[in-house]
Amino acid sequence: MPEVELRKMYVTVETIYHEFGPVPDVPLQRAAALAVIRNPFAGKYVEDIAGFMEDLKPLGLEMADRLIAALGGDPDRVEGFGKGAIIGPGGELEHGALWHVPGGYSMRERLGDSRAIVPSTKKVGTVGTRIDIPITHINASYVRSHFDAMELGVPDAPRNDEMVLALVMTTGPRIHQRVGGLAAADIKGEDGLR
Amino acid sequence: MSAIIRKIVTTVEETHREIGRTISPPTRKAVAVAVIENPFAGNYVEDLSPLMEIGAELGGLLGEACVAALGIEPSQAESYGKAAMVGENGELEHAAAILHPKLGAPLRKAVEKGAALVPSSKKMGGPGQALDVPLGHKDAAYVRSHFDGIEVRIADAPRANEIMVAVSVTDSGRPLPRVGGLSADEAIGEDGLR
Repeated sequence: MPEVELRKMYVTVETIYHEFGPVPDVPLQRAAALAVIRNPFAGKYVEDIAGFMEDLKPLGLEMADRLIAALGGDPDRVEGFGKGAIIGPGGELEHGALWHVPGGYSMRERLGDSRAIVPSTKKVGTVGTRIDIPITHINASYVRSHFDAMELGVPDAPRNDEMVLALVMTTGPRIHQRVGGLAAADIKGEDGLR
Repeated sequence: MSAIIRKIVTTVEETHREIGRTISPPTRKAVAVAVIENPFAGNYVEDLSPLMEIGAELGGLLGEACVAALGIEPSQAESYGKAAMVGENGELEHAAAILHPKLGAPLRKAVEKGAALVPSSKKMGGPGQALDVPLGHKDAAYVRSHFDGIEVRIADAPRANEIMVAVSVTDSGRPLPRVGGLSADEAIGEDGLR
């Protein structure tokens, strides 16, 4: 399979102190890593693409490590995660699906025994396209306080033959969460759901 | 008056390849943005000195955040810039009060020296709108390889009563500079121009 050709890497950390309500003692942090890579399958239909997932694993691990470092270096601080991809117009949506395994498993590997599925979204877009990356709790998808999303994009990507690959990690619930449901403190954390 | 900060977003952009060429080491730009309450939203206030004090506070805070995000010593910073976007209930002059009188000195301390004018931009705008921060060499404004810019946008800011204040610091110029002019090596860096 082709080599992963990285053009740009973005790492963003957002520290949220309040949203016009009571200021919590510890602010919420949300970090995102965006990699702009060449899409080796752009421009034509390629049947056999699955091998590229293996090639993307080192990039996934590097991005997961950068996110943990950007959040202070302690993987135990991470409570939410998400992932996504924007495929340039020369590619197809299926190319974005290549990110599920290397993106998801790299975060699980670095976060210990996280049980929940990593929520994701993907789309075909162009230079400057924004994407809303969904976020859920790392051990139990039904934890309502941790449902969140982060809007991301790169001003000059993806070009026609590129993909933007995204990973997101957060340190806690929405800043003023108060709509009930399953609480993080009440999860069993065995089935990845509750 | 000190700033009431709702969130801080810090981003590092690395460029590893450009137009088929490898950039080694990658060029790196950091930008740190504070979203603050606009104390003068909604009415005309003659004395803007409290915003000037907020500018001083943010110049240091955001300049240091950029240097920390790049993981460099202050002396390794090469270029800088600043910009502000005022939410709809404010006034363009509010951006000027934050950016111009007092923001520069603490920013220069964060990047060591900084003989050159800090290039700046300002606008009125709303949530999700792009803000382009101009960049120039920190000790010699005529260094042509370091004229650049970085775009920032935050999905939920600035709200009507808020101001987005951005500071950018880099450890490099453009990826493939080749339009001549004064080079960073030749710059004396005493008068801020050459």
